[in-house]
Amino acid sequence: MSSDGNLLEVKNLRTYFETDDGLVKAVDGISFQLKRGETLGIVGESGSGKSVTNLSIIRLIPEPPGKIAGGEVIFNGTDLLLLPNDAIRKIRGRRIAMIFQDPMTSLNPYMKISRQLMEMTELHLGHTKAQARTHAIRMLETVGIPDAQARADSYPHEFSGGMRQRVMIAMALSCEPELLIADEPTTALDVTIQAQILELIKKLKRETGTSVILITHDLGVVAGMTDHVIVMYAGKIFEQARTNELFARPGNPYTKGLLRSVPDPTDEQGKLYQIPGLPPDVAHLKPGCPFAPRCDRVQDVCKREFPPFVQLNADHYSLCHFAQEVYSESGGTPA
Amino acid sequence: MSALLSIKDLKVHFDLGGGGPLDKLFNANSVKRVVKAVDGVSLDILEKETLGLVGESGCGKSTLGRAILRLTEPTAGQVLYRDRDLAHLSQRQLREHRRHLQIIFQDPYASLNPRMTVGQIVGEPLQTYGLARGREAEQRVQELLETVGLSKRFIKRYPHEFSGGQRQRIGIARALAVDPDFIVADEPISALDVSIQAQIMNLLEKLRREKNLTYLFISHDLRAIRHVSDRVAVMYLGKLVEIADAKTIYDEPLMPYTKALISAVPVPDPQVEASRQRIMLEGDVPSPINPPSGCRFHTRCPYAIDACKEVVPQLVEIKPAHFAACIRISPAQPHIEGVAPGAAPGLPQ
Repeated sequence: MSSDGNLLEVKNLRTYFETDDGLVKAVDGISFQLKRGETLGIVGESGSGKSVTNLSIIRLIPEPPGKIAGGEVIFNGTDLLLLPNDAIRKIRGRRIAMIFQDPMTSLNPYMKISRQLMEMTELHLGHTKAQARTHAIRMLETVGIPDAQARADSYPHEFSGGMRQRVMIAMALSCEPELLIADEPTTALDVTIQAQILELIKKLKRETGTSVILITHDLGVVAGMTDHVIVMYAGKIFEQARTNELFARPGNPYTKGLLRSVPDPTDEQGKLYQIPGLPPDVAHLKPGCPFAPRCDRVQDVCKREFPPFVQLNADHYSLCHFAQEVYSESGGTPA
Repeated sequence: MSALLSIKDLKVHFDLGGGGPLDKLFNANSVKRVVKAVDGVSLDILEKETLGLVGESGCGKSTLGRAILRLTEPTAGQVLYRDRDLAHLSQRQLREHRRHLQIIFQDPYASLNPRMTVGQIVGEPLQTYGLARGREAEQRVQELLETVGLSKRFIKRYPHEFSGGQRQRIGIARALAVDPDFIVADEPISALDVSIQAQIMNLLEKLRREKNLTYLFISHDLRAIRHVSDRVAVMYLGKLVEIADAKTIYDEPLMPYTKALISAVPVPDPQVEASRQRIMLEGDVPSPINPPSGCRFHTRCPYAIDACKEVVPQLVEIKPAHFAACIRISPAQPHIEGVAPGAAPGLPQ
């Protein structure tokens, strides 16, 4: 464990994809840290690189066409990118676990739930069959599957979407990982079920002290779940800050636009703010700021030069030529 | 305002088979299984309003939208439009009326023919109804594309060349081609990115004002529904459980289910999120095959009493223009005994 309490340190990570359309820099030089016991939210639109970031951390980028072109992923003092395949396989699922958006595609439809859960601890913790089964049932109870003893021998299709996601969480947490990566864990679920699953993740996090990376496009989910937030756009980190700070005093025009374009159920009706245009095609980025064509305060310099990553406050950074001004307008006092 | 469409006791049941003599031969316990996707819905959609229809997946909201247009055949009931019952028109008569009733689908990838150009897709309804042809049709398509914020240069391109938001715009242009009065927007923004959702909501709102449209806006996204709707109807397992104007339903919901739904929506404000108390609903939405007896929500309702298992609640006007279906509330007693009135817990008053 590194001395400063960081469980994970990502430094200048770059993941590229070779496509017919040219080189896609899906993740292009991003750096962040995650402290033990904290939750980091990664927000972005489709194609912003948020999922690729996390697949890179656990080395699940399909190669080819993908390739981790550079950077470091320091997990507990070890650079995961330098580990041989069998070593990373011991970490994946054991010390870093993942849950994905669609539990149906992550569960094997031909295997009983119990078998799939038992596999985890037999493989990683050396459990015997009997131990693994007891553990599997205990995990299913922990995530709130009613009548776990009986339901353990069901197949995935016999569960509802919310229950399947609970099974995924049980599976992910069965080896007590130090890091849980949740990629849009509630996007496919109804709001009432989403509330249940988010509450469950919060509760389990409190009880086990697991650190969490939560990838989502829903700013409401980020607001309720995370300590820190990273906002990604076109493969870059556009803004990062503590969650309260980011929502109260955004220092980037993209973040500001995103926050304003979500209808707030507590707000009066009116015309909704909209960010014009479309997210950029990452294969054909023009020089300058990738957000410039959509930005409401664009200047000539934005179209010419790539923006600097400006430090606004202790933990607050923004990728913008006018970060200080935007931050001041939001009521922030630059340090 | 008068009603543009009047839906009366509409039912859509899907027969899943079972219970027949042959079924009983193989399984003595076989019973007939019917999905009551829409089970007796009565609703007026007023001229020039946006009526939001909200509910969890499987509640029947899309089926209701489709049944109004007879894209799914209703099992029983009426859909009155301009004094005609759409539910009982012949296919030929229906065709005439369909021109005025259009739909926009959730998935802009699946609802456009990949082998047709944008010009053909948007122009097809013009041809079908003989509204324009040749140069005139092309001109009309160009106008339509510009109306929905697309360049007229796109006319010869194919759907795969567009992003999700642009494809949704193409779908909207196609719906507008025949100058409809009424559009069912079935989850029109669910598949889109956050920044694009705002664009499409604003576009729909702009079109409604300019073209005097009436919308049935179907969504599971309560934030979007609140934003676009004049009135909101909440649906649960095939039945409407509450109807009121949009502000009222968020500020003073009456039904325990509506309260729970609203309280489950995450608010993009960390301070609010940190302090709010949620009504957590237990379990999942029950299966619409053989749904629970009595009030269909009683299995998850924190305030259910024994009578809720027996009595099917009717949609009653509890306050002016505010309807709810719960046996524990009435005009005289608009709040369940012992439960504080007002907004869903946790939302700032």
